[in-house]
Amino acid sequence: MIPALEYRTPESLEEALDLLERHGEEAKVLAGGHGLIPALKLRLAAPRVLVDLRRVPGLSSIEPLPEGGDGFVVGALVTHREIEVSPLVRARCPLLAEVAGAIGDAQVRNFGTLAGSLCHADPAADYPAVLLALDAEAVVASRRGERRVSAGELVQGVFETALEPDEIVRSVRFPGPHFAAAAYSKARQAASGFALAGAAAHLKLDGRRATDIAVGITGVAARPFRAAGVEDALRGQELSPEAVEAAVRGLAAGRELTSDIHASAEYRARLAEVHAKRAILRAAERGSAGA
Amino acid sequence: MGTEETRPQPSAPAAPPGEGHDAASLSRRRFLQALGLGATVVGIPEEGVLGHALPPEPVQEAGAPGELGPGPVPVTLKVNGQPLKLLVEPRVTLLDALRNHLRADSGEPVDLTGAKRVCDRASCGACTVILDGRTAYACTVLAVDAQDREIRTVDGLEAEGKLHPVQEAFVHEDGLQCGFCTPGFVMSAVALLEANPHPTREEILRGLDGNICRCGTQCGVVKAVEAAAAKMGTKDGGR
Repeated sequence: MIPALEYRTPESLEEALDLLERHGEEAKVLAGGHGLIPALKLRLAAPRVLVDLRRVPGLSSIEPLPEGGDGFVVGALVTHREIEVSPLVRARCPLLAEVAGAIGDAQVRNFGTLAGSLCHADPAADYPAVLLALDAEAVVASRRGERRVSAGELVQGVFETALEPDEIVRSVRFPGPHFAAAAYSKARQAASGFALAGAAAHLKLDGRRATDIAVGITGVAARPFRAAGVEDALRGQELSPEAVEAAVRGLAAGRELTSDIHASAEYRARLAEVHAKRAILRAAERGSAGA
Repeated sequence: MGTEETRPQPSAPAAPPGEGHDAASLSRRRFLQALGLGATVVGIPEEGVLGHALPPEPVQEAGAPGELGPGPVPVTLKVNGQPLKLLVEPRVTLLDALRNHLRADSGEPVDLTGAKRVCDRASCGACTVILDGRTAYACTVLAVDAQDREIRTVDGLEAEGKLHPVQEAFVHEDGLQCGFCTPGFVMSAVALLEANPHPTREEILRGLDGNICRCGTQCGVVKAVEAAAAKMGTKDGGR
Protein backbone atom coordinates (compact mmCIF):
# COMPACT_ATOMS: atom_id res chain seq x y z
CA MET A 1 0.00 0.00 0.00
CA ILE A 2 1.23 3.44 -0.92
CA PRO A 3 1.24 6.09 1.86
CA ALA A 4 -1.76 8.43 1.67
CA LEU A 5 -1.43 11.22 -0.84
CA GLU A 6 -3.32 13.94 -2.62
CA TYR A 7 -3.72 13.71 -6.36
CA ARG A 8 -3.70 16.67 -8.73
CA THR A 9 -4.39 16.81 -12.44
CA PRO A 10 -3.32 20.25 -13.63
CA GLU A 11 -4.69 21.31 -17.02
CA SER A 12 -1.65 23.31 -18.11
CA LEU A 13 2.10 23.33 -17.60
CA GLU A 14 1.79 26.64 -15.75
CA GLU A 15 -0.69 25.10 -13.33
CA ALA A 16 1.61 22.11 -12.81
CA LEU A 17 4.58 24.41 -12.13
CA ASP A 18 2.48 26.43 -9.67
CA LEU A 19 1.70 23.24 -7.78
CA LEU A 20 5.36 22.31 -7.61
CA GLU A 21 6.31 25.81 -6.50
CA ARG A 22 3.68 25.65 -3.75
CA HIS A 23 4.36 22.14 -2.49
CA GLY A 24 8.11 21.92 -3.13
CA GLU A 25 9.68 18.71 -1.90
CA GLU A 26 6.31 17.38 -0.77
CA ALA A 27 5.23 17.01 -4.40
CA LYS A 28 6.21 14.47 -7.04
CA VAL A 29 5.44 14.51 -10.75
CA LEU A 30 3.66 11.51 -12.28
CA ALA A 31 4.01 10.65 -15.97
CA GLY A 32 3.90 6.93 -16.89
CA GLY A 33 4.39 5.95 -13.25
CA HIS A 34 6.59 2.95 -13.96
CA GLY A 35 9.45 4.33 -11.92
CA LEU A 36 7.46 6.33 -9.41
CA ILE A 37 4.67 3.96 -8.36
CA PRO A 38 7.05 1.11 -7.43
CA ALA A 39 9.26 3.70 -5.68
CA LEU A 40 6.26 4.86 -3.62
CA LYS A 41 5.56 1.28 -2.57
CA LEU A 42 9.18 0.87 -1.49
CA ARG A 43 9.06 4.23 0.35
CA LEU A 44 11.94 5.49 -1.77
CA ALA A 45 9.69 8.50 -2.23
CA ALA A 46 6.81 9.59 -0.01
CA PRO A 47 5.24 12.68 -1.54
CA ARG A 48 2.16 14.25 0.03
CA VAL A 49 1.00 15.51 -3.37
CA LEU A 50 1.13 13.70 -6.68
CA VAL A 51 1.02 15.96 -9.74
CA ASP A 52 -0.20 13.89 -12.70
CA LEU A 53 0.79 15.47 -16.02
CA ARG A 54 -1.71 13.47 -18.10
CA ARG A 55 -4.05 16.43 -18.74
CA VAL A 56 -1.27 18.89 -19.55
CA PRO A 57 -1.46 19.62 -23.29
CA GLY A 58 1.61 19.67 -25.51
CA LEU A 59 3.65 17.00 -23.76
CA SER A 60 2.61 13.96 -25.81
CA SER A 61 4.27 14.52 -29.17
CA ILE A 62 7.58 14.16 -30.96
CA GLU A 63 8.27 17.26 -33.03
CA PRO A 64 11.03 18.30 -35.45
CA LEU A 65 13.17 21.13 -34.10
CA PRO A 66 12.05 24.43 -35.65
CA GLU A 67 15.62 25.41 -36.50
CA GLY A 68 15.80 22.68 -39.17
CA GLY A 69 18.36 19.89 -39.53
CA ASP A 70 17.50 16.41 -38.28
CA GLY A 71 16.95 17.40 -34.65
CA PHE A 72 13.73 16.73 -32.78
CA VAL A 73 12.20 17.05 -29.36
CA VAL A 74 10.36 14.37 -27.35
CA GLY A 75 7.58 15.52 -25.01
CA ALA A 76 7.49 14.48 -21.37
CA LEU A 77 4.55 12.08 -21.80
CA VAL A 78 5.88 10.23 -24.85
CA THR A 79 6.23 6.53 -24.05
CA HIS A 80 9.05 4.15 -24.93
CA ARG A 81 6.72 2.38 -27.33
CA GLU A 82 5.78 5.62 -29.09
CA ILE A 83 9.48 6.41 -29.54
CA GLU A 84 10.19 2.89 -30.78
CA VAL A 85 7.57 3.07 -33.54
CA SER A 86 7.75 6.79 -34.36
CA PRO A 87 8.42 7.24 -38.11
CA LEU A 88 10.20 10.53 -37.34
CA VAL A 89 12.55 8.95 -34.79
CA ARG A 90 13.18 5.89 -36.96
CA ALA A 91 14.07 8.11 -39.91
CA ARG A 92 16.16 10.68 -38.06
CA CYS A 93 17.71 8.73 -35.22
CA PRO A 94 17.25 4.93 -35.37
CA LEU A 95 19.53 4.60 -32.32
CA LEU A 96 16.89 6.17 -30.08
CA ALA A 97 14.18 3.88 -31.50
CA GLU A 98 16.52 0.94 -30.94
CA VAL A 99 17.14 1.71 -27.28
CA ALA A 100 13.45 2.43 -26.62
CA GLY A 101 12.62 -1.04 -27.96
CA ALA A 102 15.30 -2.60 -25.74
CA ILE A 103 13.80 -1.29 -22.52
CA GLY A 104 12.26 -3.50 -19.85
CA ASP A 105 9.25 -5.34 -21.20
CA ALA A 106 6.09 -4.72 -23.21
CA GLN A 107 4.02 -3.33 -20.32
CA VAL A 108 6.78 -0.91 -19.30
CA ARG A 109 7.35 0.18 -22.89
CA ASN A 110 3.61 0.82 -23.26
CA PHE A 111 3.36 3.26 -20.36
CA GLY A 112 6.87 4.27 -19.23
CA THR A 113 8.22 7.55 -20.62
CA LEU A 114 11.64 8.81 -21.66
CA ALA A 115 11.44 11.90 -19.46
CA GLY A 116 10.13 9.87 -16.54
CA SER A 117 12.95 7.38 -16.86
CA LEU A 118 15.51 10.21 -16.75
CA CYS A 119 13.89 11.80 -13.70
CA HIS A 120 13.72 8.44 -11.94
CA ALA A 121 17.49 8.08 -12.47
CA ASP A 122 17.82 4.35 -12.05
CA PRO A 123 21.55 3.75 -12.63
CA ALA A 124 20.71 0.69 -14.73
CA ALA A 125 18.43 2.60 -17.13
CA ASP A 126 19.25 2.29 -20.83
CA TYR A 127 18.55 5.80 -22.10
CA PRO A 128 21.38 7.75 -20.44
CA ALA A 129 24.07 5.96 -22.50
CA VAL A 130 22.29 6.89 -25.72
CA LEU A 131 21.47 10.43 -24.64
CA LEU A 132 25.12 11.02 -23.76
CA ALA A 133 26.28 9.64 -27.10
CA LEU A 134 23.79 11.89 -28.92
CA ASP A 135 24.45 15.04 -26.84
CA ALA A 136 20.75 15.18 -25.97
CA GLU A 137 19.46 17.58 -23.34
CA ALA A 138 16.54 17.66 -20.95
CA VAL A 139 14.47 20.83 -21.25
CA VAL A 140 13.69 21.73 -17.66
CA ALA A 141 10.89 24.15 -16.79
CA SER A 142 10.00 25.93 -13.59
CA ARG A 143 8.29 29.18 -12.59
CA ARG A 144 11.79 30.66 -12.59
CA GLY A 145 12.28 29.93 -16.29
CA GLU A 146 13.64 27.22 -18.50
CA ARG A 147 17.07 25.59 -18.69
CA ARG A 148 18.69 22.76 -20.61
CA VAL A 149 20.55 20.02 -18.80
CA SER A 150 22.64 17.27 -20.41
CA ALA A 151 21.88 13.67 -19.49
CA GLY A 152 25.25 13.45 -17.74
CA GLU A 153 24.41 16.44 -15.55
CA LEU A 154 20.79 15.48 -14.94
CA VAL A 155 21.59 12.11 -13.42
CA GLN A 156 23.56 12.82 -10.25
CA GLY A 157 23.51 9.41 -8.59
CA VAL A 158 21.32 6.46 -7.64
CA PHE A 159 17.76 7.86 -7.96
CA GLU A 160 19.22 11.36 -7.63
CA THR A 161 18.93 14.11 -10.20
CA ALA A 162 19.99 17.72 -10.59
CA LEU A 163 16.32 18.76 -10.67
CA GLU A 164 15.09 21.28 -8.12
CA PRO A 165 11.79 20.42 -6.39
CA ASP A 166 9.93 23.03 -8.47
CA GLU A 167 11.21 21.78 -11.83
CA ILE A 168 9.66 19.54 -14.51
CA VAL A 169 11.42 17.94 -17.46
CA ARG A 170 8.98 19.13 -20.11
CA SER A 171 10.82 17.49 -23.00
CA VAL A 172 14.07 15.97 -24.16
CA ARG A 173 15.85 17.64 -27.03
CA PHE A 174 17.93 15.75 -29.61
CA PRO A 175 19.77 18.51 -31.48
CA GLY A 176 21.45 16.33 -34.14
CA PRO A 177 23.14 15.85 -36.47
CA HIS A 178 22.46 12.13 -36.19
CA PHE A 179 24.72 9.76 -38.13
CA ALA A 180 23.74 6.34 -39.44
CA ALA A 181 26.77 4.84 -37.68
CA ALA A 182 25.14 4.35 -34.29
CA ALA A 183 24.29 1.36 -32.08
CA TYR A 184 23.38 0.34 -28.54
CA SER A 185 24.52 -2.90 -26.93
CA LYS A 186 23.74 -4.12 -23.44
CA ALA A 187 23.92 -7.03 -21.03
CA ARG A 188 20.31 -7.53 -19.93
CA GLN A 189 19.58 -8.41 -16.35
CA ALA A 190 17.48 -11.47 -17.07
CA ALA A 191 14.57 -10.76 -14.74
CA SER A 192 14.11 -7.01 -15.06
CA GLY A 193 15.59 -6.26 -18.47
CA PHE A 194 17.65 -3.44 -16.95
CA ALA A 195 21.23 -2.98 -18.16
CA LEU A 196 23.99 -4.63 -16.12
CA ALA A 197 26.13 -2.66 -18.54
CA GLY A 198 25.04 -0.76 -21.63
CA ALA A 199 27.04 1.12 -24.25
CA ALA A 200 25.93 3.45 -27.02
CA ALA A 201 28.21 4.45 -29.88
CA HIS A 202 27.63 7.34 -32.28
CA LEU A 203 30.22 7.77 -35.04
CA LYS A 204 30.98 10.17 -37.83
CA LEU A 205 32.74 8.09 -40.43
CA ASP A 206 35.01 8.72 -43.37
CA GLY A 207 35.23 5.24 -44.89
CA ARG A 208 36.38 3.00 -42.00
CA ARG A 209 37.92 5.95 -40.18
CA ALA A 210 36.04 7.64 -37.35
CA THR A 211 36.41 11.38 -37.73
CA ASP A 212 34.35 11.79 -34.58
CA ILE A 213 33.09 9.36 -31.97
CA ALA A 214 30.91 9.47 -28.87
CA VAL A 215 30.51 6.52 -26.50
CA GLY A 216 28.02 6.60 -23.60
CA ILE A 217 28.08 4.01 -20.81
CA THR A 218 25.30 3.12 -18.37
CA GLY A 219 24.63 0.50 -15.71
CA VAL A 220 28.10 0.10 -14.26
CA ALA A 221 28.32 3.09 -11.92
CA ALA A 222 25.97 5.37 -10.00
CA ARG A 223 26.06 7.81 -12.89
CA PRO A 224 26.24 7.28 -16.65
CA PHE A 225 29.39 8.59 -18.29
CA ARG A 226 31.10 9.24 -21.62
CA ALA A 227 34.03 6.90 -22.25
CA ALA A 228 36.38 9.78 -23.07
CA GLY A 229 39.48 7.57 -23.16
CA VAL A 230 37.91 5.29 -25.78
CA GLU A 231 36.79 8.28 -27.82
CA ASP A 232 40.28 9.86 -27.73
CA ALA A 233 41.96 6.59 -28.68
CA LEU A 234 39.71 6.03 -31.70
CA ARG A 235 39.14 9.54 -33.01
CA GLY A 236 40.73 9.75 -36.45
CA GLN A 237 41.50 6.01 -36.45
CA GLU A 238 40.41 3.08 -38.61
CA LEU A 239 37.89 1.08 -36.63
CA SER A 240 39.38 -2.39 -36.93
CA PRO A 241 38.25 -4.95 -34.33
CA GLU A 242 41.81 -4.99 -32.94
CA ALA A 243 41.95 -1.21 -32.57
CA VAL A 244 38.54 -1.11 -30.90
CA GLU A 245 39.43 -3.99 -28.58
CA ALA A 246 42.56 -2.17 -27.49
CA ALA A 247 40.73 1.13 -27.06
CA VAL A 248 37.94 -0.20 -24.81
CA ARG A 249 40.35 -1.93 -22.41
CA GLY A 250 40.07 -0.39 -18.97
CA LEU A 251 37.38 2.10 -19.98
CA ALA A 252 35.86 1.99 -16.49
CA ALA A 253 39.21 2.09 -14.67
CA GLY A 254 39.44 4.61 -11.86
CA ARG A 255 35.66 4.79 -11.37
CA GLU A 256 33.72 3.57 -8.40
CA LEU A 257 31.73 0.73 -9.95
CA THR A 258 28.52 -0.86 -8.78
CA SER A 259 28.74 -4.27 -7.17
CA ASP A 260 25.56 -6.11 -6.21
CA ILE A 261 23.77 -9.45 -6.25
CA HIS A 262 23.55 -9.36 -10.04
CA ALA A 263 27.18 -8.62 -10.93
CA SER A 264 30.46 -7.76 -9.25
CA ALA A 265 32.27 -4.54 -10.05
CA GLU A 266 34.97 -6.48 -11.90
CA TYR A 267 32.41 -8.29 -14.04
CA ARG A 268 30.58 -5.05 -14.78
CA ALA A 269 33.84 -3.43 -15.88
CA ARG A 270 34.41 -6.26 -18.34
CA LEU A 271 30.81 -6.13 -19.55
CA ALA A 272 31.22 -2.42 -20.22
CA GLU A 273 34.28 -3.12 -22.38
CA VAL A 274 32.58 -5.92 -24.29
CA HIS A 275 29.44 -3.96 -24.99
CA ALA A 276 31.33 -0.79 -25.90
CA LYS A 277 33.28 -2.82 -28.45
CA ARG A 278 30.10 -4.40 -29.83
CA ALA A 279 28.32 -1.05 -30.05
CA ILE A 280 31.25 0.64 -31.83
CA LEU A 281 31.78 -2.17 -34.34
CA ARG A 282 28.04 -2.52 -35.03
CA ALA A 283 27.78 1.24 -35.49
CA ALA A 284 30.72 1.19 -37.91
CA GLU A 285 29.10 -1.64 -39.85
CA ARG A 286 25.81 0.24 -40.10
CA GLY A 287 27.64 3.39 -41.15
CA SER A 288 29.48 1.67 -43.97
CA ALA A 289 26.35 -0.21 -45.08
CA GLY A 290 24.50 3.08 -45.42
CA ALA A 291 27.40 4.84 -47.19
CA MET B 1 -7.83 -8.75 7.98
CA GLY B 2 -4.82 -7.10 9.53
CA THR B 3 -4.02 -3.44 9.66
CA GLU B 4 -0.72 -2.14 8.42
CA GLU B 5 0.51 -1.61 11.99
CA THR B 6 0.00 -5.21 13.07
CA ARG B 7 1.56 -6.77 10.03
CA PRO B 8 5.11 -8.03 10.33
CA GLN B 9 7.52 -5.55 8.84
CA PRO B 10 10.02 -6.69 6.22
CA SER B 11 13.39 -7.12 7.81
CA ALA B 12 16.19 -4.76 6.89
CA PRO B 13 19.01 -6.18 4.76
CA ALA B 14 22.10 -7.33 6.62
CA ALA B 15 24.75 -4.66 7.00
CA PRO B 16 27.89 -5.26 4.97
CA PRO B 17 30.89 -6.48 6.98
CA GLY B 18 32.61 -3.73 8.90
CA GLU B 19 29.51 -1.55 9.05
CA GLY B 20 27.09 -0.91 11.87
CA HIS B 21 24.50 -3.55 12.63
CA ASP B 22 21.82 -1.04 13.41
CA ALA B 23 19.41 -1.11 10.49
CA ALA B 24 18.64 2.56 11.01
CA SER B 25 22.28 3.39 10.36
CA LEU B 26 22.02 2.06 6.82
CA SER B 27 22.02 4.91 4.40
CA ARG B 28 19.38 4.99 1.71
CA ARG B 29 22.08 4.52 -0.90
CA ARG B 30 23.58 1.54 0.91
CA PHE B 31 20.12 0.00 1.10
CA LEU B 32 19.61 0.49 -2.63
CA GLN B 33 23.03 -0.92 -3.43
CA ALA B 34 22.28 -3.96 -1.29
CA LEU B 35 19.09 -4.54 -3.25
CA GLY B 36 20.86 -4.25 -6.55
CA LEU B 37 20.43 -2.08 -9.59
CA GLY B 38 16.96 -1.92 -11.03
CA ALA B 39 15.95 -2.12 -7.41
CA THR B 40 12.54 -0.64 -7.93
CA VAL B 41 11.36 -3.80 -9.60
CA VAL B 42 12.17 -6.08 -6.70
CA GLY B 43 10.81 -5.86 -3.22
CA ILE B 44 8.87 -7.43 -0.44
CA PRO B 45 5.09 -7.03 -0.34
CA GLU B 46 4.17 -5.64 3.04
CA GLU B 47 0.55 -6.59 2.77
CA GLY B 48 -1.28 -9.91 2.46
CA VAL B 49 -2.69 -10.66 -0.97
CA LEU B 50 -6.07 -11.44 0.55
CA GLY B 51 -6.33 -8.26 2.59
CA HIS B 52 -9.58 -6.55 1.59
CA ALA B 53 -9.68 -2.82 1.97
CA LEU B 54 -11.54 -1.28 4.87
CA PRO B 55 -14.91 0.25 3.93
CA PRO B 56 -14.25 3.72 2.58
CA GLU B 57 -14.58 6.72 4.85
CA PRO B 58 -16.98 9.50 3.87
CA VAL B 59 -16.11 11.23 0.63
CA GLN B 60 -14.13 14.43 0.87
CA GLU B 61 -15.81 17.79 0.42
CA ALA B 62 -15.61 18.94 -3.16
CA GLY B 63 -12.38 20.91 -3.55
CA ALA B 64 -11.04 22.84 -6.50
CA PRO B 65 -11.23 20.99 -9.82
CA GLY B 66 -8.41 18.50 -10.21
CA GLU B 67 -7.82 18.27 -6.43
CA LEU B 68 -8.44 14.82 -5.01
CA GLY B 69 -7.64 13.03 -1.77
CA PRO B 70 -6.06 11.95 0.42
CA GLY B 71 -9.47 10.55 1.50
CA PRO B 72 -11.72 8.40 -0.70
CA VAL B 73 -12.91 10.04 -3.88
CA PRO B 74 -15.55 8.97 -6.40
CA VAL B 75 -13.99 7.24 -9.37
CA THR B 76 -15.75 5.85 -12.42
CA LEU B 77 -13.93 3.22 -14.42
CA LYS B 78 -14.99 1.52 -17.61
CA VAL B 79 -14.18 -2.15 -17.14
CA ASN B 80 -15.01 -4.75 -19.78
CA GLY B 81 -17.46 -2.29 -21.31
CA GLN B 82 -19.34 -1.66 -18.04
CA PRO B 83 -19.17 1.43 -15.86
CA LEU B 84 -17.79 0.71 -12.40
CA LYS B 85 -18.36 3.30 -9.66
CA LEU B 86 -15.98 3.24 -6.71
CA LEU B 87 -14.94 5.28 -3.72
CA VAL B 88 -11.18 4.93 -3.47
CA GLU B 89 -8.28 6.90 -2.10
CA PRO B 90 -5.96 8.28 -4.80
CA ARG B 91 -3.21 5.96 -3.55
CA VAL B 92 -5.18 2.84 -4.51
CA THR B 93 -3.90 1.02 -7.57
CA LEU B 94 -6.18 -0.19 -10.34
CA LEU B 95 -5.33 -3.75 -9.33
CA ASP B 96 -6.42 -3.28 -5.72
CA ALA B 97 -9.53 -1.40 -6.82
CA LEU B 98 -10.59 -4.32 -9.02
CA ARG B 99 -9.78 -7.02 -6.51
CA ASN B 100 -10.37 -5.60 -3.05
CA HIS B 101 -12.84 -2.75 -3.15
CA LEU B 102 -16.58 -2.31 -2.95
CA ARG B 103 -18.93 -0.90 -5.56
CA ALA B 104 -20.02 2.59 -4.57
CA ASP B 105 -23.61 2.06 -5.73
CA SER B 106 -24.45 -1.41 -4.34
CA GLY B 107 -21.81 -1.87 -1.65
CA GLU B 108 -21.02 -5.28 -3.17
CA PRO B 109 -17.41 -6.30 -3.78
CA VAL B 110 -16.13 -5.46 -7.25
CA ASP B 111 -14.61 -8.93 -7.20
CA LEU B 112 -12.84 -8.78 -10.55
CA THR B 113 -10.09 -11.08 -9.34
CA GLY B 114 -8.79 -12.24 -12.72
CA ALA B 115 -5.79 -9.92 -12.56
CA LYS B 116 -3.48 -11.38 -9.90
CA ARG B 117 -1.44 -9.56 -7.29
CA VAL B 118 1.98 -11.20 -7.15
CA CYS B 119 5.07 -8.96 -7.22
CA ASP B 120 3.13 -5.68 -6.98
CA ARG B 121 6.22 -4.03 -8.49
CA ALA B 122 5.68 -3.85 -12.27
CA SER B 123 7.76 -6.93 -12.76
CA CYS B 124 5.97 -10.27 -13.03
CA GLY B 125 2.98 -9.53 -15.27
CA ALA B 126 0.35 -11.52 -13.34
CA CYS B 127 -1.76 -8.34 -13.00
CA THR B 128 -1.69 -7.53 -16.73
CA VAL B 129 -4.80 -5.81 -18.06
CA ILE B 130 -5.39 -4.00 -21.35
CA LEU B 131 -5.70 -0.21 -21.08
CA ASP B 132 -6.78 1.53 -24.29
CA GLY B 133 -5.52 -1.43 -26.29
CA ARG B 134 -2.11 -1.63 -24.63
CA THR B 135 -1.05 -4.11 -21.97
CA ALA B 136 -0.46 -2.53 -18.57
CA TYR B 137 0.56 -3.58 -15.10
CA ALA B 138 -2.61 -2.91 -13.08
CA CYS B 139 -0.41 -2.80 -9.95
CA THR B 140 1.42 0.23 -11.31
CA VAL B 141 -1.49 2.38 -12.47
CA LEU B 142 -3.50 4.33 -9.91
CA ALA B 143 -7.25 3.76 -10.11
CA VAL B 144 -7.83 7.53 -10.36
CA ASP B 145 -5.43 7.58 -13.30
CA ALA B 146 -7.32 4.75 -15.03
CA GLN B 147 -10.43 6.89 -15.48
CA ASP B 148 -11.38 7.75 -19.08
CA ARG B 149 -9.62 4.65 -20.34
CA GLU B 150 -11.02 1.40 -21.75
CA ILE B 151 -10.03 -1.26 -19.23
CA ARG B 152 -10.19 -4.93 -20.20
CA THR B 153 -9.49 -7.78 -17.80
CA VAL B 154 -9.42 -11.53 -18.25
CA ASP B 155 -12.79 -11.67 -16.45
CA GLY B 156 -14.42 -10.14 -19.53
CA LEU B 157 -12.90 -12.33 -22.25
CA GLU B 158 -15.51 -15.07 -22.19
CA ALA B 159 -18.41 -14.29 -24.53
CA GLU B 160 -21.78 -16.07 -24.66
CA GLY B 161 -20.48 -18.85 -22.47
CA LYS B 162 -17.52 -19.54 -24.73
CA LEU B 163 -13.90 -19.05 -23.83
CA HIS B 164 -11.83 -16.65 -25.91
CA PRO B 165 -9.75 -18.53 -28.52
CA VAL B 166 -6.60 -17.56 -26.63
CA GLN B 167 -8.00 -19.08 -23.43
CA GLU B 168 -8.98 -22.26 -25.28
CA ALA B 169 -5.54 -22.51 -26.81
CA PHE B 170 -3.90 -22.24 -23.37
CA VAL B 171 -6.00 -25.22 -22.28
CA HIS B 172 -5.28 -27.31 -25.37
CA GLU B 173 -1.56 -26.54 -25.54
CA ASP B 174 -0.85 -26.90 -21.82
CA GLY B 175 0.08 -23.24 -21.51
CA LEU B 176 -0.12 -23.37 -17.73
CA GLN B 177 0.67 -25.40 -14.67
CA CYS B 178 -0.36 -23.75 -11.41
CA GLY B 179 -2.22 -21.12 -13.42
CA PHE B 180 -1.50 -18.07 -11.29
CA CYS B 181 0.37 -16.20 -14.03
CA THR B 182 -2.06 -17.34 -16.73
CA PRO B 183 -4.53 -14.42 -16.73
CA GLY B 184 -1.63 -12.04 -17.33
CA PHE B 185 -0.21 -14.15 -20.14
CA VAL B 186 -3.66 -14.44 -21.71
CA MET B 187 -4.15 -10.66 -21.69
CA SER B 188 -0.69 -10.07 -23.18
CA ALA B 189 -1.44 -12.65 -25.86
CA VAL B 190 -4.83 -11.10 -26.64
CA ALA B 191 -3.32 -7.62 -26.98
CA LEU B 192 -0.51 -8.99 -29.12
CA LEU B 193 -2.83 -10.84 -31.51
CA GLU B 194 -5.21 -7.91 -31.81
CA ALA B 195 -2.31 -5.66 -32.86
CA ASN B 196 -0.49 -8.32 -34.88
CA PRO B 197 -2.69 -11.27 -35.93
CA HIS B 198 0.20 -13.26 -37.43
CA PRO B 199 3.20 -12.80 -35.15
CA THR B 200 6.51 -14.57 -35.69
CA ARG B 201 7.89 -16.60 -32.79
CA GLU B 202 10.24 -13.72 -32.01
CA GLU B 203 7.33 -11.26 -31.94
CA ILE B 204 5.44 -13.58 -29.60
CA LEU B 205 8.39 -13.74 -27.20
CA ARG B 206 8.69 -9.97 -27.30
CA GLY B 207 4.95 -9.45 -26.81
CA LEU B 208 5.04 -11.69 -23.74
CA ASP B 209 8.35 -10.46 -22.31
CA GLY B 210 6.61 -8.71 -19.42
CA ASN B 211 5.12 -11.94 -18.09
CA ILE B 212 6.88 -14.55 -15.98
CA CYS B 213 5.83 -18.18 -15.43
CA ARG B 214 7.64 -19.65 -12.47
CA CYS B 215 6.37 -23.16 -13.25
CA GLY B 216 8.30 -22.99 -16.51
CA THR B 217 5.47 -23.42 -19.00
CA GLN B 218 6.71 -20.83 -21.48
CA CYS B 219 7.04 -23.38 -24.31
CA GLY B 220 3.38 -24.28 -23.90
CA VAL B 221 2.47 -20.61 -23.75
CA VAL B 222 4.22 -19.85 -27.03
CA LYS B 223 2.54 -22.86 -28.66
CA ALA B 224 -0.80 -21.66 -27.35
CA VAL B 225 -0.32 -18.20 -28.86
CA GLU B 226 0.66 -19.74 -32.19
CA ALA B 227 -2.39 -22.01 -32.09
CA ALA B 228 -4.68 -19.11 -31.16
CA ALA B 229 -3.23 -17.01 -34.00
CA ALA B 230 -3.91 -19.81 -36.47
CA LYS B 231 -7.46 -20.28 -35.18
CA MET B 232 -8.31 -16.58 -34.98
CA GLY B 233 -7.13 -16.21 -38.56
CA THR B 234 -10.00 -18.41 -39.73
CA LYS B 235 -13.36 -17.09 -40.95
CA ASP B 236 -15.30 -17.36 -37.69
CA GLY B 237 -12.48 -15.76 -35.71
CA GLY B 238 -12.05 -18.96 -33.73
CA ARG B 239 -15.34 -18.59 -31.86
